[in-house]
Amino acid sequence: MKLIWALIRRDLTLATRQGGGAGTAIGFFVTVIVLLPLGLGPDQALLQRIAPGALWIALLLSVLLSAERIFQADYEDGSLDAMALGVVPLELVVLAKAMAHWLTTSLPLAVVAPLFGFLINLDPQDILPLWLAMILGSIFLSLLAALGAAITVALRRGGLLVSLLILPFYVPCLIFGVAASRASELVQPSLLILTALVLASFVLVPVAAAAALRAYLK
Amino acid sequence: MVQLQADSLACQRGGRTVFTDVKFTLSSGQLLELRGPNGAGKSSLLRLIAGLGEAVSGQITLTGGNGDLSIGQQAHYAAHQEAIKAPLTVAENLKFWGDFLGGGDMAAALAAFDLKALADYPAALLSAGQKRRLSLARLALVPRLLWLLDEPTVGLDANSLDRLTRLLRGHLSSGGLAVVATHAPLDLIADATLVLGTAR
Repeated sequence: MKLIWALIRRDLTLATRQGGGAGTAIGFFVTVIVLLPLGLGPDQALLQRIAPGALWIALLLSVLLSAERIFQADYEDGSLDAMALGVVPLELVVLAKAMAHWLTTSLPLAVVAPLFGFLINLDPQDILPLWLAMILGSIFLSLLAALGAAITVALRRGGLLVSLLILPFYVPCLIFGVAASRASELVQPSLLILTALVLASFVLVPVAAAAALRAYLK
Repeated sequence: MVQLQADSLACQRGGRTVFTDVKFTLSSGQLLELRGPNGAGKSSLLRLIAGLGEAVSGQITLTGGNGDLSIGQQAHYAAHQEAIKAPLTVAENLKFWGDFLGGGDMAAALAAFDLKALADYPAALLSAGQKRRLSLARLALVPRLLWLLDEPTVGLDANSLDRLTRLLRGHLSSGGLAVVATHAPLDLIADATLVLGTAR
């Protein structure tokens, strides 16, 4: 556990020194949300109806923006080789890197995202469920982003490919995330399903991503 | 007595046969020097031993080591890529690898390649030779049984070369094993030299 914490701490330090993680993602997110009412016109009722869905879609895209870099730097500078020879299994390395991505990118994004709902007339009573759903869902988003990043680690300009591979898997998260984001009787069951998605990805993603990384190292 | 043994190894990369029928035996305290022209498969062989590559045929066994760990987990693999993070300082880079590989001796690592004066320097500002020294300092940081070094002398000045030789000697005399691919002969008596075939 101490060994894994060393890796998470290193990634957090790198993210704060290099920048580009949360800042870029939040900037992109805000741009999309600002442009939306300009494109759709000032119909308050329409905006309120689509607000949770629009926020979720913007969140998914913003998380994917930085996904490709999760393993790339470590692959290119040989750190991944050395990590593969560590006593820590590669599966846990994947989990640690995904958690670092969550802490530096997805979590800050999920925390501030609902606050920008006022730009598109989000119903104030939806904010709390939206917040819960986004924070929960963001774990799932980071884990799957790590999977996409592992599959495309050696490909130059693999960013678009990550999006194409991973966006379909984001669909369940989007559906139940939006369902959980409207104050109604659907909130609780949807949150439970989101939790199930998070737990399943916790188990499956490290195995799949580590297999992909091993295939690249060989 | 620790023994590293390779038997009729063959390696292919991208459909091209790099080498076939490579065999050697290495016991504790011995150094195997890999020689051969560019593309002869020296790096591929080192990666094979570390478990980072897959042999088409043949096998590598390590007897007398820790049976619970793979060969790679008992080895240091130092290649051309230095595994250094530019935004971190020299000390932070070493500390991370020390922590991640299960506890390291920072003082010994800094002393091994005379990096003490550079400890708080961001790695981004290091020269190529200094980066190489930082990367090799990992050898002194965490003790491991087998050292796999891929052209470790590239970019090193005479003084650092001397330190590397001393470090290798110390490692061998404490019962370690080393496989070193090199073009520049190290100032060491290699116990065996394996010349890999010509490039095709």
